[in-house]
Amino acid sequence: MQHVPGEDRGRVMLYALSTCGWCARTKELLTDLGVGFSYVYVDLLAGEERDRVVREVERWNPRLSFPTVVIDDATVIVGFREEEIREAVGA
Amino acid sequence: MPDAVSDGEVNRLMRDLEAEAEAGGYHLNPDREFTCDLVRGLLANRERYGYISCPCRLASGNRDDDLDIICPCDYRDPDLADFGACYCALYVTADVESGKRAAAPVPERRPPPAERTRQKEERALVGRAPGTLNYPVWRCRVCGYLCARNEPPETCPICRVSRDRFERFM
Repeated sequence: MQHVPGEDRGRVMLYALSTCGWCARTKELLTDLGVGFSYVYVDLLAGEERDRVVREVERWNPRLSFPTVVIDDATVIVGFREEEIREAVGA
Repeated sequence: MPDAVSDGEVNRLMRDLEAEAEAGGYHLNPDREFTCDLVRGLLANRERYGYISCPCRLASGNRDDDLDIICPCDYRDPDLADFGACYCALYVTADVESGKRAAAPVPERRPPPAERTRQKEERALVGRAPGTLNYPVWRCRVCGYLCARNEPPETCPICRVSRDRFERFM
């Protein structure tokens, strides 16, 4: 898991795929907003770690689709939904 | 983005995909930079898994389980009809390509794993049903092309996907 430093707007977690254009746009948006967040490229994980993270994503988003953004273990945004992401991080 | 793929490879596949798409009445996303990144993702997946699975979906690495998300995926055409773009937005409709209409965000249409297993079992049953036809009818799961012959064609003549993307229709 990687951390991008920035303003503290709660625990912002981005589950992404390294090959996906919408995941890239979501990461770019969070970076541009100056929000501190963590991200993980699930497609680059292997073995037990991958299984664990897949289960984690499925808990928030049973369809296991990407990008999935989770804020403060409560708000879940599936897909590159710019307005919803801006609103959720208060930017 | 994965950087193991060379720009030359990306441009080559992009050119091939574009030619094939236009020949079949499909269109690539005109946002070149975005499309280039998706093609890079397709090549990264080919390197990893041996096939170009959707860059915006998590592949299992098992071809049989990933068959429905090998590009063009089983969901491209219904998503083009409903949203003007496919899930990853590599393909768009003519009116989106020409800028007459913006593509809408595409929700994931692929069923969750348990549902996919159930559908697969159902399809296997249809394949075994006794028929009164002289030939079985095969349907391309990507573009809907139908043909009556003993086996599906090696490559779909319409959308170019491989034989294993066909299902028994009648």
